[in-house]
Amino acid sequence: MTDIKFLIPEIFLSISIFSLLIIGVFLKNSFEIIYKSSMFVIFSLLLIIFTSNNDIVKFFNASFSNDNFSLYSKILISVSTLFILLITKKYIIDIKTNKFEYPVLILLSVLGMFIMVSSNDLIVFYLGLELQSLSLYVLASIDRDNLRSTEAGIKYFVLSALSSGLLLYGCSLIYGFTGSTNFEQIAIASTDFNLGIIFGMVFILVGLAFKISAVPFHMWTPDVYQGAPTSVTSFFSVVPKIAGIAIFIKFMYLPFREILGEWQYILVFMSIASMILGAVAAIGQTNIKRLMAYSSIGHIGYAIAGVSVGTENGFQSTLVYISIYVVMNIGAFACILLMKRGGKYVEELNELSGLSKNHPLVSLGLMIILFSLAGIPPLAGFFAKFYIFMAVIENEMYTLAIIGLVTTVVSAFYYIRIIKIMYFDEPKKPFEKFTDYRIHGPIALSCILLVSFFLYPSILNEIVSSISIF
Amino acid sequence: MNFPILSSITFLPLIGALFVFLTRGENDEKNKGAIYVSVFTTLVNFFISLFLWFSFDNKTSNFQFVEEINWISGFIKFKFGIDGISILFIILTTFITPICIISCINSVKTRLKEFLIAILVLETFMIGVFCSLDLVIFYLFFEAGLIPMFLIIGIWGGPRKVYSAFKFFLFTLLGSVLMLVAIITIYWITGTTDVTKILQTGIPPEFQYLLWLAFFSSFAVKMPMWPVHTWLPDAHVEAPTPGSVILAAILLKMGGYGFLRFSVGLFPIASEYFTPLIFALSIIAIIYTSLVALMQDDMKKLIAYSSIAHMGFVTLGIFTFNKQGIEGSIIQMFSHGLISAALFLSIGVLYDRTHSRMIKSYGGLVHILPKYSFLFMVFALGTLGLPGTSGFVGEFLVLIGAFKVNFLVAILASIGVILAAAYILWLYKKVIFGKLENVQLQKIKDVNFSEGIMLGVLCFTVLLFGFYPEVLTETIKVSVDNLINNYKTEIAKTIIFK
Repeated sequence: MTDIKFLIPEIFLSISIFSLLIIGVFLKNSFEIIYKSSMFVIFSLLLIIFTSNNDIVKFFNASFSNDNFSLYSKILISVSTLFILLITKKYIIDIKTNKFEYPVLILLSVLGMFIMVSSNDLIVFYLGLELQSLSLYVLASIDRDNLRSTEAGIKYFVLSALSSGLLLYGCSLIYGFTGSTNFEQIAIASTDFNLGIIFGMVFILVGLAFKISAVPFHMWTPDVYQGAPTSVTSFFSVVPKIAGIAIFIKFMYLPFREILGEWQYILVFMSIASMILGAVAAIGQTNIKRLMAYSSIGHIGYAIAGVSVGTENGFQSTLVYISIYVVMNIGAFACILLMKRGGKYVEELNELSGLSKNHPLVSLGLMIILFSLAGIPPLAGFFAKFYIFMAVIENEMYTLAIIGLVTTVVSAFYYIRIIKIMYFDEPKKPFEKFTDYRIHGPIALSCILLVSFFLYPSILNEIVSSISIF
Repeated sequence: MNFPILSSITFLPLIGALFVFLTRGENDEKNKGAIYVSVFTTLVNFFISLFLWFSFDNKTSNFQFVEEINWISGFIKFKFGIDGISILFIILTTFITPICIISCINSVKTRLKEFLIAILVLETFMIGVFCSLDLVIFYLFFEAGLIPMFLIIGIWGGPRKVYSAFKFFLFTLLGSVLMLVAIITIYWITGTTDVTKILQTGIPPEFQYLLWLAFFSSFAVKMPMWPVHTWLPDAHVEAPTPGSVILAAILLKMGGYGFLRFSVGLFPIASEYFTPLIFALSIIAIIYTSLVALMQDDMKKLIAYSSIAHMGFVTLGIFTFNKQGIEGSIIQMFSHGLISAALFLSIGVLYDRTHSRMIKSYGGLVHILPKYSFLFMVFALGTLGLPGTSGFVGEFLVLIGAFKVNFLVAILASIGVILAAAYILWLYKKVIFGKLENVQLQKIKDVNFSEGIMLGVLCFTVLLFGFYPEVLTETIKVSVDNLINNYKTEIAKTIIFK
């Protein structure tokens, strides 16, 4: 029973979710209050995590682990969820998806991610993953009268269920060949070369690659990003990515650490393929959400490049990368959520034309975010890539480094194309002017973080360097 | 620790940009406050850098005014410091920037505040490039300069601004990313990115060749060398006058500075190995682009091609590895910074009045613009390297250096001098002499007060450094000697090993 204290965040979250659900059912028009209280729940969750016990322990028969790594991921997940909830509220009300289920579903998926990142066992991991995925399916189609949204939901559900099936099959193979579902035990059992374990590993890798939308399992991403309401897309592009990358790292460095030679090339391939596709396919896009989908595929490619190195430096650089990515993406989506004209939200790129004349500050912010996404120094996005390539080149993986850096040039093309539309083109009618600190605040915060990062670029490294999974 | 003078001149323009951002008033030419703030900031910066020059000790080749703070914990330090080579480029930057800002009064009509902010931010990045003594810091400033320049071309440029801005951005970025790979590799080979430490330990010869090529790809694009020069004419033609001035006067010099400081300094063996390549490319650049310049009917394009040819002299001089050649190429860069800036400003003067850059729409300007014609003549003669102008000193020294190393190369390079005389005198004749045929030209006025100041100051410096180049050579002498000595000892070492 002493173990239960390590699970306080999850327990608190589940109790809050069910209380909110009950309130939602019995109270009419309860969106407002539930939305606010879910933000409060996430905020208290952060406080709980910060004050909680950060001993490195395995508990519940070693099926959970409490360590710096899961703690860091949980903090990142909660903070970004909080900001996403902050920026999307106006949008949710505007497109009339203000049902009380919305925040509750977000909280449920957060719960799933929490379980996932602190799991130390295949079964617990799968439980967390499915809880997360099921909530995300519903979220994707939350705008149920909109054809595209329902299509996105179905598409996501069918493909994701397939990948979950593959993943589960991989888990069963692993269990069959090692006799255990515990990550530690799997690692110990897989020291000798065993084809069954490798097969299982590949299936699990496929499932995970699908969840983080790495090439060649990325096909759902553009459609879902475009079809889902922007509020959901912004959540999709940030929070599940953190959890996905975290569990990805955990799998590679914990149960599969002994078969590094087997998965390293798969990861290098996925990384190169994602970087290239993310860069090339985004060039022709005209819809900004679709473009962000390809951009996120590219960024996942860089994150995987860090994982593929197989050293502590490697996954630490990935954690830094994903943290900076989160800041940039929240800022970018906050800007997208401002694109409202004549009562309707617009998503086409050319709607942004001449934005700098009508909304100079917002376009300055978006410009900073885009240059940072492109990885131009001295913005934070450059350092994210810099650390990744430091780790990659340390291990003399020059091909990966050169391809990766050349694709940054290609991807710079479509980022600066947006800047071109905003700054060089003739202005259209201005967007609806509203000052909402809940949207402008995060944009400003994101820009300040990105610009001032170069003053103290090792801040994240110092936090991350204490993290080890082994 | 002493007063951090290098950081102050680097980041002062940034503070100025903040004040410009805060100035009230219209965002167009009427906003005099913004101009005053920027001129004041950049002039203060210029005087600080002059003070820096006077307190600079030109008897030692060590890096001076070194500042060092921990930056990325454990492995990278934020390190600034200058030697005789970098100080000239800093002076050039702080000298040209106020002139650019004054030229905004006539050339930039819309979104003035943003333009001034871009120029000031760009100044910070440019000075940072010349001050930094750490490869990562250098890369940071080197790349960061793309952002403001991209916006300057794209927002205030001419009709094909989008194409030019993209070409400029992507060309330079593509060149630079390989340098990033090389920098990280150097870190893993030597355990540091601190230039002074790498100079002491040296880089193993077997790595030098590929690393040299990676750095080369970046500097060759920036320089620009043939065949990756094509972005420059486009960028120059479309950029507004102050943008062209900064581009020609300072941004191109980053490539030459990079060759001197990093390619030659860090990879002497590879530099020696690749010298024939550089010679070939320089000669092609000098002759080919001079011929192309002869064929232009757009004045800005002509000057852009002449810039490429002049940069060919610079690369040629650097890779002769003798005192005359390297000193010549540094002076050539400095003087090209002054002369090309002046020429672009002169073209800007005409463009602001008639909105045409075509040579054929002018002619006979001497009858109505006597002052202008005189100033333009000085700069034209500077371009062709007439003795008495700063253009002569650089070209002459480079040619002496080249003759010492390779007779054929020197002969071919001399042809470039003749061609330069041909295209610039032809331009001058078509624009200034002849009959005043275009009726539109009748009404235009001679240079106004602000233009007079800018061109007058530039004219004075061009002549000053032409008659009295010792000011420059005294400053760079010891550093250049040190560079050559390092190079020679490294080469000697490899011969012993063989």
